[in-house]
Amino acid sequence: MYVLSRPALVLLLMMAIGLGFYPLVGDSYYIRLLTKIMVLGLFAMSLDLLIGFTGLISLGHAAFFGVASYAVAWYIVKAGVTSLLLILPTAIGASAACALVIGWLSIRTAGIYFIMITLAFAQMLHAFFKDQKYWGGTDGFNFYDKPQLVFGDTVLLDLSNRLTLYYFTFAILVSAFVFLIVLLRSPFGRAIQGVKVNEGRMRAMGYNIRHLKLISFIIAGSLAGVAGFLEATRTAYVNPELMSWHMSGNVMIMVILGGMGTLYGPLLGALALTLLGDNISSMWDHWLLIMGAFVIAVVMFLPEGIAGLIEKTANRFKRKPPPKEETEP
Amino acid sequence: MSGFILETQNLSRHFGALMAVDDVTLSFERGLVHAVLGPNGAGKTTLINLLSGEILPSSGSIRFKDYDITSLPANEVSHLGIGRSFQKTNIFPNFTCFENCRLAAQSRMKGVFHFFKPALSYKRINELAEKGLEMCGLTKRRDTLAQAMSYGEQRQLEIGMMLATEPELLLLDEPLAGMGAEESLKVIELLRKLAKEHTLILIEHDMDAVFAVADRLAVMVNGRLLETGTVAEVRASKAVQEAYLGSDEEGH
Ligand SMILES: Nc1ncnc2c1ncn2[C@@H]1O[C@H](COP(=O)(O)OP(=O)(O)OP(=O)(O)O)[C@@H](O)[C@H]1O
Ligand SMILES: [Mg+2]
Repeated sequence: MYVLSRPALVLLLMMAIGLGFYPLVGDSYYIRLLTKIMVLGLFAMSLDLLIGFTGLISLGHAAFFGVASYAVAWYIVKAGVTSLLLILPTAIGASAACALVIGWLSIRTAGIYFIMITLAFAQMLHAFFKDQKYWGGTDGFNFYDKPQLVFGDTVLLDLSNRLTLYYFTFAILVSAFVFLIVLLRSPFGRAIQGVKVNEGRMRAMGYNIRHLKLISFIIAGSLAGVAGFLEATRTAYVNPELMSWHMSGNVMIMVILGGMGTLYGPLLGALALTLLGDNISSMWDHWLLIMGAFVIAVVMFLPEGIAGLIEKTANRFKRKPPPKEETEP
Repeated sequence: MSGFILETQNLSRHFGALMAVDDVTLSFERGLVHAVLGPNGAGKTTLINLLSGEILPSSGSIRFKDYDITSLPANEVSHLGIGRSFQKTNIFPNFTCFENCRLAAQSRMKGVFHFFKPALSYKRINELAEKGLEMCGLTKRRDTLAQAMSYGEQRQLEIGMMLATEPELLLLDEPLAGMGAEESLKVIELLRKLAKEHTLILIEHDMDAVFAVADRLAVMVNGRLLETGTVAEVRASKAVQEAYLGSDEEGH
């Protein structure tokens, strides 16, 4: 049962305030970097709904990220449309539709087979976009225009403006977080958490497990689609690698590194991994080595990820010991 | 409608060459307590698994009231009003007692699209959960994590969760297994109370408990039905005495 702990709440508020005010003082390099981290954080958070809360270990989550990105590129490059009101819903809709089909087929399997089948579907999409000239092939698309919200003659929101994009991304991230918190407290949210813990008993009590899993899969896919929309908008560039298994693997590492089933952990995972990559990627070969070592260290010494470390540290500073019920028997 | 709430017709289930349930034709009368007895490995749990839709039969059929439930999945069987408890404790260890029962009760909500209102704001579901807790005697443990409780208490919770779904027919797979004497007495008392308004199918090794609550007995051996009848009839049966009751107490 998901409870946002007090230390996590304090940390999140501090992060939100920091992110909210940073552009007033920060330089443009870091504004861009933070936008990227927020987009990846949203992407990782959406995967946490599956891995951390529903017990569905999907290794093909990049499919939904990539499909939404291509929807953005298609509108701008092929249709010459930049209307945010058209592009964003279509991008989300495309991801949701993919999640419906892939999910409907995948959730019939469990365990390692589920991991493999989600991976296979994402690779199929990857291969499709890579093969099709119409979709830009291996090179993908570069574009210059970015989605805009226009009312009459006035531009209300121009996402080619760096600051506008930053705050737009920030607002979406906060909304998605609040949405997921609300969702996890709802009957549906409690039910998927029950599925993760004990699927058999849930079925015996009358729950339709497939429906619950499929809906969760679609919600997670749609949120990944929002992240994909932001990614394409941010970089004005899409290519098939957006839905490759590297991407799916990376976002999974963010979730595990940050702490699955914590919702804010994956945000921290995205932050850690991106900063790490950004600072040492100049030494290309070594950077992957260092990254690998870091991931292994976290998994071995911090099985609950960065979020787990934060909660543990915060608990140590509390005067009261944790309530009895929370200790293992 | 006949006085039978549940009937099986030549019901069989094999695992490979093993006939776990072998050609069982049985009728359960509405409103009575039926005990299913048999040595270890007799196929009692497999029978319950068939009745509750947990597994599919290899052949034969099952009727519940007016429905043919032979090939219904467990979740649909549950919604017809058949509740079950498990021999091997089957709960949500890292949830509180209340949440275990609440989740059970929540299964009675229509549809799955309840995304925004907090789960705890549904009064009727909360009431059902509290009622389940109270009946199984765990109200005091309401906010304790299930994994932090004694084995006996977890067994009680197992029953509470079943009751929170408000079933009409209860399938109880060894509800007393692993309970202390005092807890057992409480649960036997509960079974007596439940018997007034429900039909019970009870698997139990504890003969005192069986004789205390059961109206009808069915004895299984090696997947086959050996004998059925009232308690007195089955106790008097030669076959049963030879195969089961007579030899020793068959405790475990
Ligand atoms: N899923 C399964 N796969 C293979 N064999 C099984 C399976 N389930 C049960 N069996 C076998 O079927 C037989 C009947 O098992 P069952 O659990 O129904 O017995 P039981 O009467 O409940 O015994 P107990 O009193 O020990 O609970 C046993 O030999 C068991 O090993
Ligand atoms: Mg058994």
